[in-house]
Amino acid sequence: MEEREYEFGLDSFMAVTDGLDGEPIGGDQVVRDTVEEGVLAEQVGIDSFNIGEHYRDDMMDSAAPVVLAAIAAQTERIRLGTSVTVLSTQDPVRLYNNFATLDAVSGGRAQLILGRGSAVESFPLFGYDLREYEEIFEEKLELFVKLLGGGPVTWSGKYRPPLNDVVLTPPLAAGHLPTWVGSGGSPDSVIRAARYGLPLMLAVIGGRPERFRPLVDLYRRALAEYGHPTDLPVGLHTLGYVAATDEEAIETQWPYWLQTFDRASRERGWRRPTRAQFDAEAAHGAMFVGSPETVAQRIAPVMRALDVDRIDLHYALGQVPAAQRRGSIERLGREVFPRVRELLEADPGEHRVLGGPAAPGEVASPVRSTHAR
Amino acid sequence: MTSVLAEMSEGRDERTVGSDAAAAQTDVAATKLVGIIGAGKLGMTLARAAVAAGYEVAVASSGPAERIALSVDVLAPGAAASTVQDVADSANVIILAVPVHRFRELRRDLFDGKILVDAMNYWPDTDGEDPELTAADGGSSAVVQAHFPGARVVKSLNQLGYHELDDYTRAPDAPDRIAVAAVGDDRLAVRAVMRLIDRLGFDPVDGGPLATGKLLEPDGSPYAETLSADRLARRLSAR
Repeated sequence: MEEREYEFGLDSFMAVTDGLDGEPIGGDQVVRDTVEEGVLAEQVGIDSFNIGEHYRDDMMDSAAPVVLAAIAAQTERIRLGTSVTVLSTQDPVRLYNNFATLDAVSGGRAQLILGRGSAVESFPLFGYDLREYEEIFEEKLELFVKLLGGGPVTWSGKYRPPLNDVVLTPPLAAGHLPTWVGSGGSPDSVIRAARYGLPLMLAVIGGRPERFRPLVDLYRRALAEYGHPTDLPVGLHTLGYVAATDEEAIETQWPYWLQTFDRASRERGWRRPTRAQFDAEAAHGAMFVGSPETVAQRIAPVMRALDVDRIDLHYALGQVPAAQRRGSIERLGREVFPRVRELLEADPGEHRVLGGPAAPGEVASPVRSTHAR
Repeated sequence: MTSVLAEMSEGRDERTVGSDAAAAQTDVAATKLVGIIGAGKLGMTLARAAVAAGYEVAVASSGPAERIALSVDVLAPGAAASTVQDVADSANVIILAVPVHRFRELRRDLFDGKILVDAMNYWPDTDGEDPELTAADGGSSAVVQAHFPGARVVKSLNQLGYHELDDYTRAPDAPDRIAVAAVGDDRLAVRAVMRLIDRLGFDPVDGGPLATGKLLEPDGSPYAETLSADRLARRLSAR
């Protein structure tokens, strides 16, 4: 039996962290710390480092490709991507320019996750109407997939000026850029990913991740209907934090989790977070917090249940200080992910798929899902 | 799809023939068909719950039924994919679960005479600023009622997240059954929706007139909390 290829990645939203004095550090320092964290991630064997996109005072991830290029300059192997690029409020042409350049700088290590974004502050910032987000995303995804195909592009639409025989630069050396579609669980976005034949990243930030399994089934059924291979990769983004012991991990993460979700609940009208909720999230929800063994034993069954090929762990939530964030990265790379691999190799779980028409490698697509190895 | 719906509505009509017309219109417990407008996270969750409760369920979103057929088949097996018009024509009880910035795209007379359960929430941070909804002292459902003047609007099923709706359905006598409130000015319609809530697996609480619904909205006191019927009722009457 062919061995399944997994990707174990990290996600960072470049949260403003607390310094040694308990006060938030400067945003410029957060940017430099994040570059170091990306470099550290490679040193401890992590497969990919992915940065979010926000425009708010507690997150510094407003220019992912710049940070990723700095990491690229100091690394050799780790893949560099986004944990979701808010495609709706970006110009697909500029996005191509940035990530094709990152791909060149990094020697072919760039990757992308495109989403509509659950954070919506970029809409007023860049002059888009939130009420049109569906239409905007659809149009921009169509254009971006076209751009990834290379060659002269002729295109016209509603949300940017038309392109007439335009050739974008730099060209993609490998001829493709791994591009995923992110979804927070909306059936429409799952089907959209399938329609374009793009791999699917499911973002789960609360509740039991296993409940997303029907969406994985929906994705594969939709791939089959659109005539794409049904075994394109599916990934999972969740939250986590790893320390030496369960107790240390929980007590370190808890106050920052509370602070983060309290703020989010006020902004979005969610329920106010409680300790009981945190404990439930840690026990069986989307918060993988604990010692390396505890976290590995949480991740492996979830990956099996969802039948996913990739997991991107947001490795510390909120203002967790830089030293602890680094500790979490080290433990994830050196202990947790190797252990999860071991657990999955011993028991890969029920293997997916509906008997699709072809394996991904056999399909001539400009947006092949994974990097050639 | 149309034929499935036709069958469903025939079934309903047969059963209501000869019965008291007013009772037949409001008695959801006797209604076989629940219509759901909106095929997103909430719509699909409610469709699943309604199928499990023994209802026939028709789900529609904008566009043709084929567009959501696969989603319905996988996420709410047993429900039928339909169109907005067919749902409006054939169901007496219709749950509105579309993004709140889009309900005005639906025709104003579409739900005339129907019980319309407004399960939507207005979150300026995710829906965009909507001056009319922001200014609505009586809550967003008052605006929905004004848009559909002939509909019997009941605000309900908006108050919990779709995860909670999925996780907390319980048998009537379960000790940890949680409550879902219904508010509306048409008292018969409220009563009918309360029977629907009960069959879906929650303890129904009559929260009073439609304007009370403001309390069931984001940042209202019992919003997004899983409470027993007693506690939810107390929270609503304390206001």
